[in-house]
Amino acid sequence: MRRSIPAALLLSLVALGAGCGTPGGDSEETAQKADKEAAKTVSKPDVAAAGDVTLTVWDQEVRGGQEAQIKRLNAAFQQRYPNVTIKRVAKSFEDLNKTLKLAVSGTKAPDVVQANQGRPVMGTLVKGGLLRPLDPYAQALGWEDRYSKLLLDLNRFSSDGEQFGSGNLYGLSQMGEIVGVFYNKKKVSEPPRTLEEFEQSLAEAKRAGDIPIQFGNLDKWPGIHEYETVLGQTAEKEKVRDFVFAREGASFEEPGFEDAAKTIQGWADDGYFTPDFNGTGYDPAWQQFAKGKGRYVIAGTWITADLAEQMGDDAGFMLMPGAEEGADPVSLGGESLAFAVTSKSEHPDVAAAYIDFLTNSDAATVLAETGNLPAMPVDESAIPQGLSADVFEAWGTLAESDGLIPYLDYATPTFYDDITAAIQELLAGRVDPAQFVSGVQGKYGKFAETR
Amino acid sequence: MIGGSGLVAPPGEPRRIGYLYLAPGLLVFGAFVLVPLGHAFWLSLFEWDGVTAGTWIGLDNYGDVVSDPALRRAFWHALVLIGFYALLPVAIGLLLAGLLARARVRGLALFRTVLFLPQVIAMVVVAVMWRMIYDPSNGALNELLRAVGLGSLAQSWLGDFDLALSSLGLVGTWVYYGLAMVLLTAGVQKIPPSLYDAARVDGAGMVREFFAVTLPALRGEIAVALTLTTIYALRNFDLVYITTKGGPGEATSVPAFQVYSRAFESGQVGSAAAVGLCLTALIFAITFAINRTAERRPA
Repeated sequence: MRRSIPAALLLSLVALGAGCGTPGGDSEETAQKADKEAAKTVSKPDVAAAGDVTLTVWDQEVRGGQEAQIKRLNAAFQQRYPNVTIKRVAKSFEDLNKTLKLAVSGTKAPDVVQANQGRPVMGTLVKGGLLRPLDPYAQALGWEDRYSKLLLDLNRFSSDGEQFGSGNLYGLSQMGEIVGVFYNKKKVSEPPRTLEEFEQSLAEAKRAGDIPIQFGNLDKWPGIHEYETVLGQTAEKEKVRDFVFAREGASFEEPGFEDAAKTIQGWADDGYFTPDFNGTGYDPAWQQFAKGKGRYVIAGTWITADLAEQMGDDAGFMLMPGAEEGADPVSLGGESLAFAVTSKSEHPDVAAAYIDFLTNSDAATVLAETGNLPAMPVDESAIPQGLSADVFEAWGTLAESDGLIPYLDYATPTFYDDITAAIQELLAGRVDPAQFVSGVQGKYGKFAETR
Repeated sequence: MIGGSGLVAPPGEPRRIGYLYLAPGLLVFGAFVLVPLGHAFWLSLFEWDGVTAGTWIGLDNYGDVVSDPALRRAFWHALVLIGFYALLPVAIGLLLAGLLARARVRGLALFRTVLFLPQVIAMVVVAVMWRMIYDPSNGALNELLRAVGLGSLAQSWLGDFDLALSSLGLVGTWVYYGLAMVLLTAGVQKIPPSLYDAARVDGAGMVREFFAVTLPALRGEIAVALTLTTIYALRNFDLVYITTKGGPGEATSVPAFQVYSRAFESGQVGSAAAVGLCLTALIFAITFAINRTAERRPA
């Protein structure tokens, strides 16, 4: 009698499992449906005529200026269209990413959601047919003129979710971000104009006993910023974009990619980074810079407000200079999570109009006034003073020359883990630049094979 | 009762009605443990991203656990952590218990409370705290080393490929040795003093006394301490997630962290389920072995 218990238990477990059914649904059908949807033409949505509508919106605009802008814009939208009620569900970034898939595939899906760019979130949602292509609205409302090409491409996927960076448009973002170089004006009187000058400045700082670049890589992801900021100067921007979007024939084993690895490994060897950077946290590192220790910090524009508050006029912002003086700048950067419309929404017109409202030129002014960096062109008069002015100017230059390169970790579903671990090994000197690029290419190749 | 037929079973024997009494507990257990477990097993047979149609791949996900070097390393790290989370704390606990068995210490309750304290703090708080302590330039540990003239020993505790896993392990030791100690000292107190008296009359020294009296008497307590701490070691996630995220490189990657990263970050739900189930099986096997060994009477 006792013997048979494990067997019976196992059998019942399998039976229980089998009862839950095969996960997921048919993918070919959903792709065709999405393509049909994308090819439609619509007229400008008339929100006032839509009757009483409740729009459920899931966003992650919960911090400081983000919260301020979304509250203002939501209120303004409802005031303009009293027939619309916005039911806002605010979540933290992590929380949103974890719950979004379940929410939009459930029966009570929200109408508008913020979907993170890239394969893991937006890609899988598109694959599952859970987001609505917005191309008809983009045409009717003139969204293409609002953004530089790359910023729209980041929100594009082929209808089967396989090809990132082209195909249907699935959302719009409100804010931009640049990963650039903050410098201490007390120590850098004249910002370097070429990568060579930048390296000279690093050597100078080292000789003076200062920390050339404050860098903390314990959290793993900051390494991407150091590497890719340099990569923008050593490789052609199209090569980087091809790789990130995993386009046909793209590869990590490119001379430019290896050069960037060589450069930052050299910086690590020469002691240009914070000592023991792999064991130092990201926040402690830039906070040291804010306290006046260190000459540069390579970081995203999200620390602008903190630096301005602590350093006042001593902090400056620049894009990583290129090999040649005066060339069009190339910089790592991106945009905030895209506002997208779910396939299950019963009010796609109102939802699209809402997204339009969040990203038009009035919204850009609101964004600037609440301390954010609008992704779209902003009225001259709304540009703030001080450190933020540097950031706004850099964003404008990048938009004009289409100089942004997207984050490397978009490339494959596992690439975040792959590239961060590889950069930690590169900077610790455990692999040489050639091994680094071939190792990363190996991981990438596995993904490319399975497609 | 007396007039009943001969068919009535003798009292104390199991009867069908017993299952009715079991039902409420079994239902709850089934709904919250067995069904999810079965579902996880079902998912582990697919390659599934969490949204779109999954592909049936049979036991391939389990094959990966054995063949994928990254996963193999993660399981190896978990086994190393057992040394730090379970063996070391129990050894320290035994040492303290052995000392306490000989001498009556004043303020024992206070000592016990203080040493037990790490156990009370949430692991997340412990992790944040140790991340600060281990900070290479401003952390308490390196500052202390420099202050006493041992600056050459200051390390990048969490950033060094060879040190990171041990550094995390020592945090586990710090958290769990209090637990082991409390369990074992409590066990020591129930050993009849006459046994020690007898051992002393026979001329046993401190060491002999420990191995002849204290250790055998603590068999049960050691098993409990090892079981608990081994489980903590194997399911360790929060500490890794908050301090190193599995880095540098993959030096501190552990199975529980892989489960999280695969299920929630890289869309490999099937693989995550397989890793989780393997981890469950491993925990079950090891704790089962510990308890089997402890139950066996000494020859």
